[in-house]
Amino acid sequence: MDTSDETLQQASPGLARGSGQTRQKAARLSPSFISWLQAGPMMLVFLAFFLIPLVFVVIVSFWDYNEYQLLPAFSGRGYTDTFEGCIAQLPELCTIGKTYVKTLKLCFMVWAITLFIGFWVAYFLAFHIKSKTWQMGLSLLCTIPFWTSNVIRMIAWIPLLGRNGLVNSGLLKVGVIDQPVEWLLYSEFSVVLALVHLFTFFMVVPIFNSMVRIDKSLIEAAYDAGATGFQTLVNVIIPLAKPGIVIGSIFVITIVMGDFITIGVMGGQQIAAAGKIIETRLNALQFPAAAANAVILLAITFLIITMMSRIVDIRKEL
Amino acid sequence: MTETTRKTGVSRRTLLKGTAGLAGFAAGSGAITGFPYVMSAEPKVLRYLGTAVNEGDDISKQCLKDTGIKIEYITATTDDVTKRVMTQPNSFDVLDTEYFSLKKLVPSGNILALDAKKIKEFDNITPVFTKGETPGGKKIGNQGTAPWKVLYLEGKDSKTFSKSATEFVTLIPTVYNADTLGIRPDLIKRPISSWAELLNPEFKGKASILNIPSIGIMDAAMVVEATGKYKYADKGNMTKEEIDLTMKVMTEAKKAGQFRAFWKDFNESVNLMASGETVIQSMWSPAVTKVRSMGIACTFQPLKEGYRSWASGFCVSKGVSGAKLDWAYEFVNWFLSGYAGAYLNRQGYYSAVLSTAKAHMEPYEWAYWMEGKPAEKDIKAPDGSLLEKAGAVRDGGSYEDRMGGVACWNAVMDENDYMVRKWNEFIAA
Repeated sequence: MDTSDETLQQASPGLARGSGQTRQKAARLSPSFISWLQAGPMMLVFLAFFLIPLVFVVIVSFWDYNEYQLLPAFSGRGYTDTFEGCIAQLPELCTIGKTYVKTLKLCFMVWAITLFIGFWVAYFLAFHIKSKTWQMGLSLLCTIPFWTSNVIRMIAWIPLLGRNGLVNSGLLKVGVIDQPVEWLLYSEFSVVLALVHLFTFFMVVPIFNSMVRIDKSLIEAAYDAGATGFQTLVNVIIPLAKPGIVIGSIFVITIVMGDFITIGVMGGQQIAAAGKIIETRLNALQFPAAAANAVILLAITFLIITMMSRIVDIRKEL
Repeated sequence: MTETTRKTGVSRRTLLKGTAGLAGFAAGSGAITGFPYVMSAEPKVLRYLGTAVNEGDDISKQCLKDTGIKIEYITATTDDVTKRVMTQPNSFDVLDTEYFSLKKLVPSGNILALDAKKIKEFDNITPVFTKGETPGGKKIGNQGTAPWKVLYLEGKDSKTFSKSATEFVTLIPTVYNADTLGIRPDLIKRPISSWAELLNPEFKGKASILNIPSIGIMDAAMVVEATGKYKYADKGNMTKEEIDLTMKVMTEAKKAGQFRAFWKDFNESVNLMASGETVIQSMWSPAVTKVRSMGIACTFQPLKEGYRSWASGFCVSKGVSGAKLDWAYEFVNWFLSGYAGAYLNRQGYYSAVLSTAKAHMEPYEWAYWMEGKPAEKDIKAPDGSLLEKAGAVRDGGSYEDRMGGVACWNAVMDENDYMVRKWNEFIAA
């Protein structure tokens, strides 16, 4: 009771210094009520703009539809259509299977690369830059690409990687190749490249945040105890940076799982994506089928995140 | 508001504030109409939902000048236009959409048919729409959702398309064109005359089609038929087996690496062609013009199997009535009166009423765009930029030749749902 009162007063000093009446009132409120009050606004926003729409999506995913309208009658058609041929075509994968294998593969590659790059960028910022000012300055430098839109950063790669693009003409001139390299653009390579470019920063920030909070004396202690740099990294820094790694991973994985614009533009629309299926269905006015696909995507993403939070209990670590 | 209510309920002040707010809201939402304005009459505003094709700034400016009607464009892709009609029918007044969408739009009851008797130039609309033949009498291919199949409704609020002419017109035609493959003659260096060339291994990794299922599959069907693999009863309305077969041919080509990329919007198609990523692809006429205006050789290649055609027109939202409906008629009549038609013709599209458009074009322009004759003078775009030097001839030639060569029309199939699923499978393959 005391602690929560204190937090309240700290959080809103105006309230504490206000009239005696208010103060008495606040004192009479039960601590659990105050907690609810504090969490309330966020909860309402979450409820109104996330949970309720989500419930609608789930409901609609079980509706029927025709060419031009939703038919509010129970139907599993959105789902059965989606998994069409999944048993009949065995051992070959059905459309949805292929799509998710592809999406997961891209997701894994992007995750691994952004984690690798993000970790070392954060490591450099946290341990090699001594002055706080420089740390702040360099972190801000990382945000500069975010001053332009996602789409522009993505499209900027096209003239670079194309058949007659800068990279190919450069390599041709130097004489490394005598035919333009085709896989630079409209391939998995270009998709992964663009996604890594777009999302590495989402990995850097949380990992950096975890790393700067590591007590430097722990590293000194490890050093004093005779640990090598590598041992310190594996036994001290990585375990303590885990929450940052997991949060960064959740950012990257959820974004890449739902992405279809980058995959579409950089993959030349030839690479399947879970999000793309939803878009095609929406454009054909097949809302229940689109909703069903959205529910499936959500379930799979949720599964991945649950597995990750099993590995690290973020709430405990924070 | 909350502090006052806690004390005394509603005070006079809050009541005033509230009413003022409400009045402001009402004025903003257009509910109050009788207020004295800067102009004495109420401003005539129409919200115009459509794709970018017809939505030129020059057209809206000229319209304001001629009729006093202010056009507010709401621009969206074809798919999004349809979606908006379905989900927000009150968010627009005039709708400019394609005939093939009608199979979805008319049963929804969200659009109103227009009365042919109130359209001044209705009898002068090109027979392409009303009879399915060119002014010169050439029969036009009727596969797919050809406009004359869905032009009339049986009654004012009917949801059934009439086989014979009635006064209730689903869409008053505005613009249409015949689409084919675009090619880079400088990179191909030999004549191209068939849709089958799209799958020719010679162009491996340098071909493209568009990733809009309903249109993409029609182009695919033109290709399949051209290769002699199959002859469709109606490319615009395939059976499940026909869809399977078409997608199988395309999937094999995709797996063999025939396609460099698929494109989804106008600019993507321009970039693919201009950068040399592709040398042969399905394309739209103004995209070819755009590539050419960049100084890059690009031909909208006529092919022996014919063109895939599309057409759009005007109708109004079901929420439009009274004075607004009158303005809508006034606007549609203005649109058909020549200025807009000439503007569209100069972009390489075709206008619905040829006679009025002709009156607004120079004879040499008409000869180049519509009669397929060599340009006597330099041909300029509506914005004044140079399109073709004197002596050039339009790809595909005259109106008669191009529209007469149409083989099929953009369509929504009965098996649309199945087709969309198969298309997703094709992309995933």
